[in-house]
Amino acid sequence: MLLSIQDLKVAFRVGKARGEVQRALAVKGVSFDIPENSTVALVGESGSGKSVTAMSILNLLPDNAERSGQILFQGRDLLKTSLRQLQAVRGREIACVFQDPMSSLNPVFTVADQIMEPLMKHLGMSRRQAAVRAEELLHEVGIPDPKRRLRSYPHEMSGGQQQRVMIAVALSCNPKLLIADEPTTALDVTIQRQVMELLARLKQTHRMSMLFISHDLGVVGEIADQVVVMRHGEVREKAPVADIFHAPQDPYTKALLACRPSLTESPARLMVIDDHIAGRQAQGSGKAKDPNAPVILEARGLRKSFFFKTGLFGKQEFQAVKGVDFQLRKGHTLGVVGESGSGKTTMGLTLLRLHEPTGGEVLFEGKDLLKMSGYDWQKMRRRIQVVFQNPYASLNPRFTIAQTLLEPMEIHGIGDSHASRLDTASALLRRVGLDDSALHKYPHEFSGGQRQRIAIARCLTLKPEVLVLDEAVSALDVSVQAQVLNLLKDLQDEFGLSYIFISHDLAVVKFISDEVLVMQHGSVVEQADARELLAAPKQKYTRDLLGAVPRGYAGRDQAATAAA
Amino acid sequence: MSSVMTAPGTGGATARKSESVWAASWRRLRADKVGMVALTVVALSLLLVLAAGLGLVASGWQKETGVPNAPPTFMGPGTAESAGAVESAKGPNVDLSDIDPLAPKYAEWTERAKQYKTDETPRAQTLPFGADRLGRDVLAKAIKGAEISIMVGVLAAVVATLIGTVLGALSGFYGGKVGDFLEWVYNVFTAMPNILLIFAFAVVFGRGVLPVVMILGLAGWTGIYRLVRAEFIKHSVREYVRSAEAIGASKASRMFKHILPNVSHVALVQLSLHVVSFIKSEVILSYLGLGVSVDQVSWGTMLSEAQNELILGYWWQLAVVTVFMAVFVTAFSLFTDALRDALDPKLR
Repeated sequence: MLLSIQDLKVAFRVGKARGEVQRALAVKGVSFDIPENSTVALVGESGSGKSVTAMSILNLLPDNAERSGQILFQGRDLLKTSLRQLQAVRGREIACVFQDPMSSLNPVFTVADQIMEPLMKHLGMSRRQAAVRAEELLHEVGIPDPKRRLRSYPHEMSGGQQQRVMIAVALSCNPKLLIADEPTTALDVTIQRQVMELLARLKQTHRMSMLFISHDLGVVGEIADQVVVMRHGEVREKAPVADIFHAPQDPYTKALLACRPSLTESPARLMVIDDHIAGRQAQGSGKAKDPNAPVILEARGLRKSFFFKTGLFGKQEFQAVKGVDFQLRKGHTLGVVGESGSGKTTMGLTLLRLHEPTGGEVLFEGKDLLKMSGYDWQKMRRRIQVVFQNPYASLNPRFTIAQTLLEPMEIHGIGDSHASRLDTASALLRRVGLDDSALHKYPHEFSGGQRQRIAIARCLTLKPEVLVLDEAVSALDVSVQAQVLNLLKDLQDEFGLSYIFISHDLAVVKFISDEVLVMQHGSVVEQADARELLAAPKQKYTRDLLGAVPRGYAGRDQAATAAA
Repeated sequence: MSSVMTAPGTGGATARKSESVWAASWRRLRADKVGMVALTVVALSLLLVLAAGLGLVASGWQKETGVPNAPPTFMGPGTAESAGAVESAKGPNVDLSDIDPLAPKYAEWTERAKQYKTDETPRAQTLPFGADRLGRDVLAKAIKGAEISIMVGVLAAVVATLIGTVLGALSGFYGGKVGDFLEWVYNVFTAMPNILLIFAFAVVFGRGVLPVVMILGLAGWTGIYRLVRAEFIKHSVREYVRSAEAIGASKASRMFKHILPNVSHVALVQLSLHVVSFIKSEVILSYLGLGVSVDQVSWGTMLSEAQNELILGYWWQLAVVTVFMAVFVTAFSLFTDALRDALDPKLR
């Protein structure tokens, strides 16, 4: 057994109240083993304690953490080793790869410096030896032209390449255990696929073990041998990966598997965890869409460029959106997919004139939104609204929920008195699944899913007809994502809303959309009915995107055949 | 954050008004012991200023209660002034009345002099903290001086923060031409040596308390402007501001209703930092003779006097002012530090 964690408890001191130290228990007695040469995955939603568990192995926790239990690494208890001894283990025998490569690499040092540091520190290599080894490592993690790349700085590389460099740094001392904390979450699907294949290959060639932390069972199913499912700081289930996917025992595991929209099935509503634990079927049924509904929003040749200054007077044009055309019918949903940098978000914001467009027209019931005067546009704003990606950033932290919900009504003069507006607000809060006690609270008292509901309620106060959802569920946990997606579908049926649903996640887009727009480098690559597009993608880019979506355990065979 | 699986109501469902952001900051500040001590000292100082302003204490600072340069009580009375004086002639005065042309008027003058009452108050040989060269109580002077100095510091900091915040908000929010213009103004102000700038304003405004406030405020807003501008640049593209724009909130509303409360901690901390630095600046200004008018007293004018006294060995005025300033400035700085920690909205 390489690493054995026994009854690990981690508590955080969170301050003093009445002379007593208050503690928050983040990990409540976790035990699992990592055998040699195998991959163990820790799966759970945010707040489940999975990262805290992993970080306590090397004691990379903040100072206010208190650990108890046993972490045996090759028979040594890491909880009892001194910091000096632990530092010898860090990087040398146990290495880490973190979620965000942008912030894990130091921007003022070249790639070479960062790979050579552990080589010289832990292995006592000379500068020259280290440079040679660094080049080999970069080659090994699949960075083209490694000699030239050694001299570049992190910002000169793409996100995927940065993550490869991080992996090279982690591998530099041939560790026996690699801790990968959500290593692919910040990456696009196609890049995620490449990085996962790289990790799987390196694990084989270096004969090391891997502790893989992820919130996504789809990813985990493709890479892990053993899966540990965590919730609220406890282990809910641990089993070999095949058992987790084919015969899950714990209701929570079952629910996690069920609440993620899949590419193959198309239910009207998603299962949510409560349903699953209560043994209910997904509630609510879809309403059939009228294929001949009137067109409510139409874009023709929509363009948006950004200009950069070059030299003293020069300007350089960057075309973020290069002529997009689409039609949105009343009560329908238009999905927009693409990788980061494809211009999908810019397109959405341009529709709302949050970016002033460079050219083209957007017709709302035949009237061009982009040419409207300030006064007409202010009235039109009511009818087209937006929900942003990050629910933590899109609510003003210094406004109570009541202030947040009342402000749009006050601006547009909806409702005749404060009391009637307050009634509307509390009715909408109930509609999105919150109650009146929320009115006097501040955003930081709510979880991500609740905040996104509040953001949706704020839009609904204006009774809009078109809602632009910019990655509205991307930052949420899968179970919460399912709830919000169901809510969006319910609201569409109830109020006849039309959605423009922007997302990088094909499975989610497929679940909610009637028609899908695939964007790449600012232009529309493919546009088709959602089911057709998934069944028979015409463009290579669409096929690549679809092929890169993690499919869990079932995806293993396909990946194997594709690689062969 | 994960426990949304239960019905997404908010648990306790008590309709109590929840802790506001300011209340939370106050709670964090109260937990900081050093900060609370500093706050107490600052509050006491401000009370003292208020009392001095209302004439409750130190109203008689101009009374010459002690002998000139009376030493502090613990040192005991100073050696007699006459020690070094020229020895007076001995023997009776020579009678000159027969050749003195003014002699007939002496009697008349003595009569007239009797009509005026001179109150020769007994002058103390020592005072608790000593006296200045006119025999005024140094403690009373320092308290009265605190009134002017602290008032100048606080008001000038308010002026500077107001200018800096409004210009910084405009520049950071609008950017483009407006931003360029304000940056240009900022560059002009910072390109000049600060003391030269202060002299230039001093020529325009003259002497007195309000002029000093204006001089320091107008010369000192640049740092605050820069910080507030940076915060506004950062916040104006945040999603909550975008959402406010999407619901149709006007530019002024976005700037001052949405963004300002979120960056106010920067302005507040700058405000208190500048109070400290402006108190010091006032001292320098008064020392250079550009500060408050001659019939007023501030820590600066006292320091200026102390320079000459020091050569003669009368150190107590300097010591008292230094202790007053050091205590207030240190307490205010510590309070500022605690305030910054408490206001920083990291909880989210």
